[in-house]
Amino acid sequence: MSFELPNLDYAFDALAPHIDARTMEIHHGKHHAAYVSNLNNALKGTDGIEKNLEDIIKNISKYPAAVRNNGGGHFNHTLFWKILSPRGGGQPAGSLMDAINSEFGSFDTFKDTFSKSAMTRFGSGWAWLCLDNNGKLSVCSSPNQDNPLMDIAECKGSPILGLDVWEHAYYLNYQNRRADYISAFWNVVNWDAISTSFQHLSK
Amino acid sequence: MSFELPKLPYGSDDLEPVISAKTISFHYGKHHQAYVNNLNKLIAGTEFENMDLEYIILNSDAGLFNNAAQVWNHTFYWEGFVPQGGGKPSGKLAEMIDDSFGSFDLFKEKFSNAAATQFASGWAWLVLNKEGKLEIVKTANAANPLTDGLKPLLTCDVWEHAYYLDYQNRRPDYISAFWKLVNWEMVNSRL
Repeated sequence: MSFELPNLDYAFDALAPHIDARTMEIHHGKHHAAYVSNLNNALKGTDGIEKNLEDIIKNISKYPAAVRNNGGGHFNHTLFWKILSPRGGGQPAGSLMDAINSEFGSFDTFKDTFSKSAMTRFGSGWAWLCLDNNGKLSVCSSPNQDNPLMDIAECKGSPILGLDVWEHAYYLNYQNRRADYISAFWNVVNWDAISTSFQHLSK
Repeated sequence: MSFELPKLPYGSDDLEPVISAKTISFHYGKHHQAYVNNLNKLIAGTEFENMDLEYIILNSDAGLFNNAAQVWNHTFYWEGFVPQGGGKPSGKLAEMIDDSFGSFDLFKEKFSNAAATQFASGWAWLVLNKEGKLEIVKTANAANPLTDGLKPLLTCDVWEHAYYLDYQNRRPDYISAFWKLVNWEMVNSRL
């Protein structure tokens, strides 16, 4: 068995103009594909190749750097494609919205906190909304292809929303204007999918 | 005193086709400029206000270090290029490269490999160590070999912003084209 590049649930151009088709094509077809194939190469001949990706990520300190970088890359991008949708945007509803209000005060304050976390991550990395080990929502960012599920993470939790702020995620469309990419991102956030994972993890 | 964006030693389209004028317009005009602006904001009214850039790099951390080092790294990167550059070094540098790496081709291969394998944002460097020997190192994000007591001689920026408009995910293509621009006279003079 080996890991495979998941298909997108929408066309490359479906998220335009917020995320353009060329960016999606290269991001999914080249960057994500490279993480998958590098992960398979790094695990070749080890029992890791038979494992569930989440188990690998949760025990990442036991693996070499190539697994951390490429396993993280595969996990993070898989999550990223799922939390985007051409019919996204707006606000969450139900229990997720209640949890956001109770943790951050309001949806707008949450958005500001998350956007700032994405904006201030220096170099390459990701911003996250997580359900932490106490069942509370929290926002943080991680460097490179790390994520909060990793046992080495500074901020730990189960990520339910992630934003890729590697320059490859936005450079063709936004160049140095990361802030514009972050504000456009909110228009394609798939709150239904995020609510589903929130409910699943809250059980 | 405040820092200023140094002038490029060539026109913004002079490095084409290796590095496009469009890339220079963002990389130099926006990114490098933003590091200069951020640095000036961060040092205003502090103990660092009248210090030189290397002092700040050696004595700061976090945001101040990141911006100071990125100002230095980018200036050093731009000054390492000349239109129609490339070829091979001569003189003392050529001898030292042969001594340290076996041959110029082996050096190029080792440096290119460092640049290709620096995961995520960072830099590859040719440096002079404390024993006076050449070494190749790679650094993450803004990190600069000066803080390890190493003297930088040549650098390749492998932040994606350095090559994404021209090469997208093809970092190895950017690295092989990079060699066509290296100003070996400048690198020699840095010894």
